[in-house]
Order: sequence, then C-alpha cells, then structure tokens
Amino acid sequence: MNETRFKNVKALPSTHLLGTGTPMCAGCGGLEALHEIYDILGEKSVFVNAAGCMTLLAIYPFTPFRGSWLYTAMASAPAGAQGIRDALDILLQKGQITPKDDMQVVTLTGDGAAYGMGMSATSGAMERNLDFLYICYDNEGYGNTGQQYSAATPHAAKTTTSCGPQGFFGFKKPLFDIWAAHRPAYVATVIGAEPLDLARKIEKAKELKGPRLIIALSPCPTGWDFDPREAIEIGKLAVKTGIWPLKEYVNGEVVHTKLPKKRLPVERYLEKQGRFAHLFTPQRNEELLTEIQERVDRYWAEMANP
Amino acid sequence: MKRLLLTGNGAAAWGARLAQVDYIPAFPITPQTEIIEAIGQWIDNGEMAGRMVTLESEHSMITAAGAAAATGVRVFSATSSQGLLYGMEMLFTVAGWRAPFVLANVSRGLSAPITLEPDHNDILAARDSGFLQIHCSTCQEVLDSTIIAYKLGEDAGVRLPVIVNQDGFYLSFTREPVEVPDQEQVAKFLGQFDPENTRFRASTPESQAVAVLGGAPYSYFRYESHLAALNAIKVYDRIADEYEQLFGRRYDAVESYRCEDAEYLFVMLGSFATKAKAAVDQLREAGWRIGLLRPRLLRPFPEKLFQQTLTVTKGVAVIDQNISMGKGGVLYTELASVLAGSTEPAPLLVSFIGGLGGRDITPEEFYEMAEVTKKAVQEGQAPPPRLLYTETDLRETRKLQAIAQAERSELGGSE
Repeated sequence: MNETRFKNVKALPSTHLLGTGTPMCAGCGGLEALHEIYDILGEKSVFVNAAGCMTLLAIYPFTPFRGSWLYTAMASAPAGAQGIRDALDILLQKGQITPKDDMQVVTLTGDGAAYGMGMSATSGAMERNLDFLYICYDNEGYGNTGQQYSAATPHAAKTTTSCGPQGFFGFKKPLFDIWAAHRPAYVATVIGAEPLDLARKIEKAKELKGPRLIIALSPCPTGWDFDPREAIEIGKLAVKTGIWPLKEYVNGEVVHTKLPKKRLPVERYLEKQGRFAHLFTPQRNEELLTEIQERVDRYWAEMANP
Repeated sequence: MKRLLLTGNGAAAWGARLAQVDYIPAFPITPQTEIIEAIGQWIDNGEMAGRMVTLESEHSMITAAGAAAATGVRVFSATSSQGLLYGMEMLFTVAGWRAPFVLANVSRGLSAPITLEPDHNDILAARDSGFLQIHCSTCQEVLDSTIIAYKLGEDAGVRLPVIVNQDGFYLSFTREPVEVPDQEQVAKFLGQFDPENTRFRASTPESQAVAVLGGAPYSYFRYESHLAALNAIKVYDRIADEYEQLFGRRYDAVESYRCEDAEYLFVMLGSFATKAKAAVDQLREAGWRIGLLRPRLLRPFPEKLFQQTLTVTKGVAVIDQNISMGKGGVLYTELASVLAGSTEPAPLLVSFIGGLGGRDITPEEFYEMAEVTKKAVQEGQAPPPRLLYTETDLRETRKLQAIAQAERSELGGSE
C-alpha cells in the first residue's frame, strides 16, 4: 500500500478517541502511543489485555475505551484474542451477527508479557495465522511493579534488580526478529514521538489480515527516571541516535521507515535518563559507553550492507 | 436413540457433539486425547459442525475457551491432570468471567512421581476455582452429564463453567454400552446458547473482566459467583428431573445406593464407587445394613442431601482417592464440615485413602473398611486415617528397588 491518508502531521487526527483521566503516569510514552494507535484503529475493536500497567486503564466501572475490553492474564492474551476471533468468525458464518458487529481483535501487553511470559502464546497465534493486531508497549522493564529488569531491558540500564555499577548484565531480546522469523503479515516498531510514522504503520496494519505485531518503545518517566516533560524529546532521541530503529517487516522484507541521516551519539539519549546516570557520574564509564555506541553502529552498518 | 459401545472418552465426545458445540479449543494429553481425536475426525468427515483449534498449551486453551464463551458461542474443551494444573490460573480466571462452557477432565494422578494412571488430586486442586464439578462413574453418565452440564452452566441463575470428570483408564479407556440420545431431542432440551449480555459486538461494546480497586467490589463479584454456584444445586435438581422425563435416566446430585435403613455407609467419588456397590451387595448378603453415597455434584456441594442421609447412620467410611499432604482426604474434610454445624446426632466418620495412581481397591479391602468402621462405632472412637497399602504392594515396590540394586552392582556401579 503506497497511498497513505497521512501525507503530513496536519493530516493526523486532531482529537483523541481514548478517554482521559486514566491512572497512567504523567509523561507515559506507552499511553501516548496507545492514543495515537487508537485514533487510527477506531472503536470497532476489542482489546485483549495481559497483566501490566495498562491493565489499570479499565477499572470497574470505568473504561477509557469506546470499544470492548477483556483482561486475561499475563501469559495468554494472544490466546484470548484467538478465542474471540474464532467466536466472531463462527457467529459471522452462522449469520448470528452481521459484519457491522465484527471488529478488530487487538492484544495489548507490556514487554514483560511480550518478550517473556507470553511469548509461547504469541508464537502459537502466529503459527495459527491468527487475524489479530498485537500492540506491545515496551518500557524495557517490569514497570508496573517498579521497574525490575525484563527481557526487554537494554544493556547497562539500572533497574531495581540491576543496581550495580554495570547496570543490567544482559541484552535486549530481539523481539522484532523473533516475531518476523514467524513470517506473519506485519511487524513494525513505532514510537509515540514519531506520530506520522506510527499512523502510517497502523493504517497499513489495519488493512492487512493475519498476525500484525507492533512494538512501541515507551519512554517511562518513573522507570527510566526522567522528568515527564522530557518524554517526547527522549523518544525522538531514541530514533535520532539509532537506538530505536523504526522499521517494518512486510512481504518477507524488512524496511527501515525513518533513516536517521546523521546519527547522534547514543550519549545524547542515555544522559537524559537516570537509569543510565551511572555511565556518566561520578566518572564516565568510557568502556560501557563505547560498547553501547559500537553496538548501535554495528546494527546500522549491517543494515546498510546486509 | 441408539446404543453404542463407547469408552468414557468417546462418551464425552458424543456429549459435546450432541450439545452441538460451536468451538473446541484443544490440547492433547493422555488419557484424554481420544476425546479431541474423535471430535476432530467428526469435524473432518462433516459429521459434526464446529471449529476445533489446537492451542500451544492448556493455559492458552482455557483462555481461548473462556474468551470464545465470553464472545457468545457454545464451547467444549478437554484436559487431564498436569494439563488441568498447567491451566489452573485460567480456571480461576475464566470462572470469574461468568461465561459458561464445559470442560471434560479425565482424572490422572499428579507428578511427582509422574504417572498416567488415575486418582483425584488433579480435579480436587480445581475445587475452589469457581468451576462447577460433576463426577461420573459410568460411560453413560459421562455422556449424559456433559449434556446436563451445558444446561446447568448456561442457566440464567448460574452462568458458570462446568467440569465433567471421569477417571482415566477405568472409564476413559473402558468400553461400555451407552445409549446415545437423539440429536433433535438434545437440541430441544438444551436450546440455543443465550450469552445474554456477556458477549462482544461492535455495536454494543462491553468491558469484561476489568480490574477492581479495593475489597468491596472484589468481594461483591466473588460472592456473586459463590451465590450463583450455591443456586446451581436447586437448578441441578430441576434439570435432573427434566432430563429423566425426556431421556429416562435419573442423576441425583448425590447417588444413593441401598442406603435405605443403612447403619453404615461408604462415601466415595468416581468410577471406583462401582466397586463399592459390589461390596455393598456382598455385605448386605452377609447381613450388613450398609449402602453407598456418591456425590455427583462436588461443586456446588449438596450439603442438605448429605445431612439427610448421613445423620441417620452410625458410621461412615469415607474413601478418598486423593491425598492432601499433612492432612489427609479432601472428601473426608468436606463431609466432616457438613456434620459439624448440626446438633443432630452425627455418625462417626472414618477416613481411608486409597486408589492413588490407579492402585486397585479390592473387595476384601472394602469388607475390611466396613469392619474398621463398625469397630470404631462400637468403641466410639475413629482411628487415624488409614492409608490403604498391602504387604503385596510393599513387596512389589521392594522388588523394583532390589532389581535396581542388583543391576547397579552387576554393572559395576557404586552401591
């Protein structure tokens, strides 16, 4: 699909569909992305949620959604999507509902579920070619419980379970690659700070059938330790430094949708967040900073010459 | 109506087929697999409508089952043992959704040690999940109970999922003659599934299973489920009457076998109760006034029915095919609670544990349990719970250990 409704930022929806007054933190990058996604996706949708921050969006008897919602459990939201999608198909087939009562089935989970506990259920859903949209708001840690490291935590980040001078010993799991290896209809990375790129991807995903999976990097003021007003800037820096490549997998190919012309040094992104403060004070940890920069450089070099 | 030779697994599959289920999320596990194989073959042959999907785990399977029921279709699923436990989080969860469906469980002992043969620790682990439980002792009962379970779970005053339990091997793999009711008659009995407002439609959005903050709304919904489950006793009785009228087979919430004028009772669940019946017949011939009570409904627990029958007896041998480590038999404690709240003279309860991991309970053991119970009544004192295990059992186990030792020294390993 080459034609997009969204030629420029002025074409983006000017009002939000998702209600306000949720208990999400001020400056939540996940909620920002969800607002933007929901505006494009629309209210003919049912959100199937796994345990995480966004479980608190719908608290009895209120919901910010205009469509439907089902909370499942941490590990099995994609299986909940399977049950709903299959049931809707059965009802359509039997003529017990009309197509106007059909809807997009959307799985909404954090990185804890997407990168870890729910991975088996997601893999199963892709293998069964389930027609659903998966949105992972990725704040790179178990944020709802106070930011312990998860399989999505980047190398060297300080979390409440990785507080040593080297931060997190592990490396962020390549979820995009793992998902794409299943050859689903669509995989994309997005970030709320780049709303045009995000809107075009959701627009595209909405028109496709089959498994469509979106990872939204979600700057997290409480978990990453920054002032909420910096959320957008940090999101933009994640893209400009090349740390969060915006890309999509479609028709068997990976395409980068926003190439940072001149990548900024990763420091510019890291220095804004308390979780990386130990890389700069009391003295600079040149070794780790270089290691992080080199890893990003290597990614883009391999991307240019695959 | 036709008569077929069916295994318990076959009977469960027939129950689902006759209920004209729309959706079957599945996962194979011994000794349940034949259920989903039979349904799969019927769907592939065009003998049965419905959509079957194999999930990647029981946890996902039960999630999908609940989600489909919450969308408004009739759902059937089946599992056993480790599978039931793997899905345990979702048993509790989907029961809270109040979206009815039927889950067949084929009981099998739990790991460790891992085994394939039956006892009831799997199904009793699900006791507090919010699922209603119907326990079967014949293949006919498995088929009929599956149909009854839909009527019960879907009732407007209940709306809870139901597990229909049968014992692995003893029922699942044993062929018995089973009367298969006419499709039309079953369809008339069940009617179409009415999801009421528990459903997903774009034009009428619903939020289901949302979070609550605080104990007041949490308790509200938990109590609602409990009251609905209690209400299911009355509803079950009404359905059992209706089922008898239409199909000629009666299934009381508690089966009572030769309990008239009984001084002593056996109480037990499941297929081994048929062995207890044979023992009752023998003991009656020898002059005993003895009978058998077998709960079909375990959740909700038909307390009144037990009170009525138990309080007129002297002694009750409760035989548990399960073991709660550090306490004893689960059914025993359930029955004790029934008797504790009454000023009526209560019979003495004597606890026996046996039949674990498929171990047989022999006629001689039933006679012995009756004797032990009689003696306890005479002495006015129940003995500590008796773990059924004979010298032969011990010798068999010692033999295995001796072989292992001999092989090890033969092969030059350390002692």
